[in-house]
Amino acid sequence: MGHIGLSHYLVVAAIMFALGVAVVLTRRNAIAVLCGLELMLNAAALNFVAFNRFGSPNRLDGQIFTVFIMTLAAAEAATILAIVLNVYHTLNTVRVDEVDSMKE
Amino acid sequence: MDWPTIMWWVFAAVTLIPALMIVLSKDIVRLAFWLLASLSGIAGLYVLLGADFLGFAQILVYIGGIMVLILFGIMMTNRDAVLMRRGENTGGTTVVGLLIASVSALGLLKVISDTKWKEVPPVDMPATTSPIGEALLTDYVLPFELVSILLLVVLCGAAYIARRRAEEN
Repeated sequence: MGHIGLSHYLVVAAIMFALGVAVVLTRRNAIAVLCGLELMLNAAALNFVAFNRFGSPNRLDGQIFTVFIMTLAAAEAATILAIVLNVYHTLNTVRVDEVDSMKE
Repeated sequence: MDWPTIMWWVFAAVTLIPALMIVLSKDIVRLAFWLLASLSGIAGLYVLLGADFLGFAQILVYIGGIMVLILFGIMMTNRDAVLMRRGENTGGTTVVGLLIASVSALGLLKVISDTKWKEVPPVDMPATTSPIGEALLTDYVLPFELVSILLLVVLCGAAYIARRRAEEN
């Protein structure tokens, strides 16, 4: 309680990252795995913004890095969903453990 | 407690409780909506950190863009509910996965609590939108252009990968 400092934000990001790892490792649905990846990316981005705020508030390097993380996350989500749709049409499944061939 | 502290606890709860529900929920659609709640909590934390541009970009990009993409993906692949749920959250891989996740959480929390973090005293953050735009076109112009080329490539690649084969039509 009391003053909210850097470590508060780091703890939130650490817990969020670990939950993302749990989702990625326990889920079989490819879209659920993508959701876990988004959690992990957001935890890392939150760390960048928190270090920017409490490390050097006069510069914006951490926030600009987070802008790039968001762009790459959007690109990554679009690519993953295109692959998932293609896999679903080809193999008729979205479970990551059933996709074991690279060609039809 | 003052207002920013209360709001911090509110946004931390809005971020972490839905993130926990993502691990626990069985239904893929519910999972997507818990992700939406968790990402909005992150947007609130950005605003509390003085990153107003990032807070609104988070809402626009994640909740407006990526969530719609994910829901589209669920709609186009979730034709058989039994098939979608088969094999979720069962077996030894779940135990191993949760073990790896808790070990990484404990490791990160130990590092965070053991390190003596150097903090500058908090200052009032000015509005960040115009400095970010200025930095993107001066100091960061090369990464900015590279990312725009990457987005173009991803756009073409995703449309190419997701297309229907000619013989299927």
